[in-house]
Amino acid sequence: MSANSLPAAKPAIVGSPRRRRPARGRWAGWGFVGPFVVVFAFVLLAPIGYAIYLSLYRQQLIGGTTFTGLSNYHLALTDPRLWSSLRRVLLFLAVQVPIMLVLALLAALALDSARLRWAKLYRLSIFLPYAVPAVVASLMWGFMYGSQFGLIARLRTFFGGHFPDPLSGNWALTAIGNVVTWEFVGYNMLIFFSALRAVPGELYEAAELDGATHLGIVRWIKLPALRVAIVVAVIFSVIGSLQLFNEPNILQPLAPNTISTNFTPNMYAYNLSFAGQEYNYSATIAIVMGFVTVIIAGAVQWYGRRRAA
Amino acid sequence: MSATETASGMEPVVTETRRRQPRLARHPRGRRGRHSVLLSVLMTVMLLYALLPLFWLVVNSTKTQAALFSTFGLWFGGRFALWSNIHQVFTYNNGIFARWLGNTVLYVVVGAGGATLLATLAGYGMAKYDFPGKRIVFAVVLGAVAVPGTALAVPTFLLFSDLHLTNTPWSVILPSLISPLGLYLIWMYASEAVPTELLEAARIDGAGELRTFLVISSRLLTPGVVTVALFTVVATWNNYFLPLIMLSNPRWYPLTVGLNSWNAQAATAGGQAIYNLVITGSLLTIIPIMAAFLYLQRYWRSGLAAGSVKQ
Repeated sequence: MSANSLPAAKPAIVGSPRRRRPARGRWAGWGFVGPFVVVFAFVLLAPIGYAIYLSLYRQQLIGGTTFTGLSNYHLALTDPRLWSSLRRVLLFLAVQVPIMLVLALLAALALDSARLRWAKLYRLSIFLPYAVPAVVASLMWGFMYGSQFGLIARLRTFFGGHFPDPLSGNWALTAIGNVVTWEFVGYNMLIFFSALRAVPGELYEAAELDGATHLGIVRWIKLPALRVAIVVAVIFSVIGSLQLFNEPNILQPLAPNTISTNFTPNMYAYNLSFAGQEYNYSATIAIVMGFVTVIIAGAVQWYGRRRAA
Repeated sequence: MSATETASGMEPVVTETRRRQPRLARHPRGRRGRHSVLLSVLMTVMLLYALLPLFWLVVNSTKTQAALFSTFGLWFGGRFALWSNIHQVFTYNNGIFARWLGNTVLYVVVGAGGATLLATLAGYGMAKYDFPGKRIVFAVVLGAVAVPGTALAVPTFLLFSDLHLTNTPWSVILPSLISPLGLYLIWMYASEAVPTELLEAARIDGAGELRTFLVISSRLLTPGVVTVALFTVVATWNNYFLPLIMLSNPRWYPLTVGLNSWNAQAATAGGQAIYNLVITGSLLTIIPIMAAFLYLQRYWRSGLAAGSVKQ
């Protein structure tokens, strides 16, 4: 239980720690924060800076490295391969994220309803796939999708060929969406469930006295209490969708004709670097995608806060 | 205004909620409700969906390469070959799988262990100290959470490659050492779990800051630290993109990249298909992480609550 494992918080200490700062050592805090900041600067800030630097140059077979200003960005913004991959992950985001989050929400409400027997068994089982590495998840589903010894192949013979091949054409994105949903629906369920457990009990008592129905309690108490958790889950899912890489990359050998080298922006950047040695352009795409992600995640957060106000 | 206040000030209601939580334990909600058959049916469908691939994996790790193709996928068939599959997994290619397992353990112990330590120290420092530049640290770390990690993987590779760090364990360990989410969770946890009065009492008694942390605060922080450790352990055990980019020498692969290279082997010209080893290897890869996960999930949930509610 989340409530029991947290020590009872004293309201006084939540207030300003500044007043109580020890007289000696204004810098004492750096002793604790310093090591993190140093490694952080090396593995996060330095690569960002290096990527910006790279994106301003171009490497040519003849003439070496030359400064080209923003021309890589111009190239990226007019690159149909980048746009098609971006459109694909945006479509993925628009379809997969709502389905996954609605399923997670319903499951969390069911767990919290006290009308479910063996709730703990359900909670643990549905959360379990989160611990499975994306590689293993994609391999398992890929084998099941596969036409060689997959389950889908069986279903197809059973339904007489009217059953679509999940790794062909437009179905590939659906197949990937299923793997991602499988991996993360339990994780999101748990985020929602934890938020529901934090609803104060007297709210329910008051609602019962007022004769509220189950659905009324969900509508007027539980959903408003979940608002912050929903915004958090949407932001994490948006970031995850825009970065989509592992699942399509692992399924690619099974569907080489459908899952192209620029299936997602991240796969495009990866293949530019490691198949094409176009490091400067690859870095540009990483920066562009970073911007796109920050803008979309920021918009979600802004929308969530505005609704709250 | 301190950064702690900024963060919790976003949701003042939450602090209120926290304080009342002990009451909630005495009032389990919805006692009047009876068990619903419809809910059980719907949740059972989700449970089957979650467990089906894992069941498939267990069933198929008992099959030989030939039986994989000839028998029904969701039930046992052919010779029971689990033990011989496990034996083959560990002996194939001079036992490279054991080497990958060792690499994964190394990356998890040093990477996740280091990440937990750094996040704990920094989160505690952010929660309990005021120091010059604190607001900048807050802004930069928050910004970094928004920047997509995998988008940075390629630039990180290019930088590490210039520093001759690629193809060494460091290339996988160093980026794993940073967990902005971990710092955030500890920060939120420490603001509530470690009373400032206690720290002041220790200071009056003449204890140094580090000693106070080691003797008093670290104990109070334990549940939060276990949560962060679980997050970082799962993240490093399951890490794929980063080692895929950084390592070209199979001797440094972790399990995830190694398994995928076995799987891809069938697609290459003249490559031998070893699907039975891929499947059994997958099972062996997820057993340790699932055992740890199930054993420690109670801590995990409490910390998740702290993170999701406070954000």
